[in-house]
Amino acid sequence: MRLEINLKKGTLIVKLKGELDLVSAHEFREKIDNMLEEIESDSLMIDISKVTFIDSSGLGVILGRLRKLKAKNGQLLLYGENRTVRKILEISGVSSLLPVCRNEEEAWKIINKKLLKEA
Amino acid sequence: MDKIVKNRIKLEFQSRPENVALARIAIAALASQLDLTINDLEEIKVATSEAVSNSIIHGYQNNINSIVTVIGTLYEDSLVIEIIDEGIGIPDIQKALQPSYTTDPERMGLGFVFMQSFMDKVTVNSKVNEGTRVQLLKHLNRNQEKAVS
Repeated sequence: MRLEINLKKGTLIVKLKGELDLVSAHEFREKIDNMLEEIESDSLMIDISKVTFIDSSGLGVILGRLRKLKAKNGQLLLYGENRTVRKILEISGVSSLLPVCRNEEEAWKIINKKLLKEA
Repeated sequence: MDKIVKNRIKLEFQSRPENVALARIAIAALASQLDLTINDLEEIKVATSEAVSNSIIHGYQNNINSIVTVIGTLYEDSLVIEIIDEGIGIPDIQKALQPSYTTDPERMGLGFVFMQSFMDKVTVNSKVNEGTRVQLLKHLNRNQEKAVS
């Protein structure tokens, strides 16, 4: 699995490419937690459009990040068209726990709304 | 009457996380010999991934020096996948089958839920300190009933 990480307006944007399973979930968790701590951000967006496989290990690491961010009143959003991943998100109920947007633009609308509320 | 076996594979591999992908790819390759849809193959991959991950994480408590066995058997109208470990076993199988049964905040406890959702039948046999055998069945014919035993 490859991770492309960028920072924009205080939000960590992670583009995932490949499979998110038991082995890659560990790498994902370490890199993201370290980055969030380093930049002191509590906002995370994950592009799932190029994820080719996900199982409950992959979902677990996403949920783990959600729990951590929520504890700091932060937020996590997923975005991107991906039929396979969306099916897994729906069956697991994860899609009811966090926003799953069609694209990055939609995700930013939600983040900007929250920032306005807090201002 | 015994069903005719069209093909069979048996894999034995170290209980390393990186071998989860190896197992699901091998099973998917076997399954692709049947007339299944891409959707079916994706589901079989997830179910296999869940069962193998369970063996590694729970059966062997993340010890990489043990062996997981995966057997895939292709029949004319179905695929049977068996995932076998000689780990700590499951004390209460019914409890383990329940969604969100996990003590780990980084895990969802949905392994068996996915297996049950994506396969036509899931059978779990386990004995404490002896190991666990999970059998996953996928019918080629769509007239099947979902069951867990």
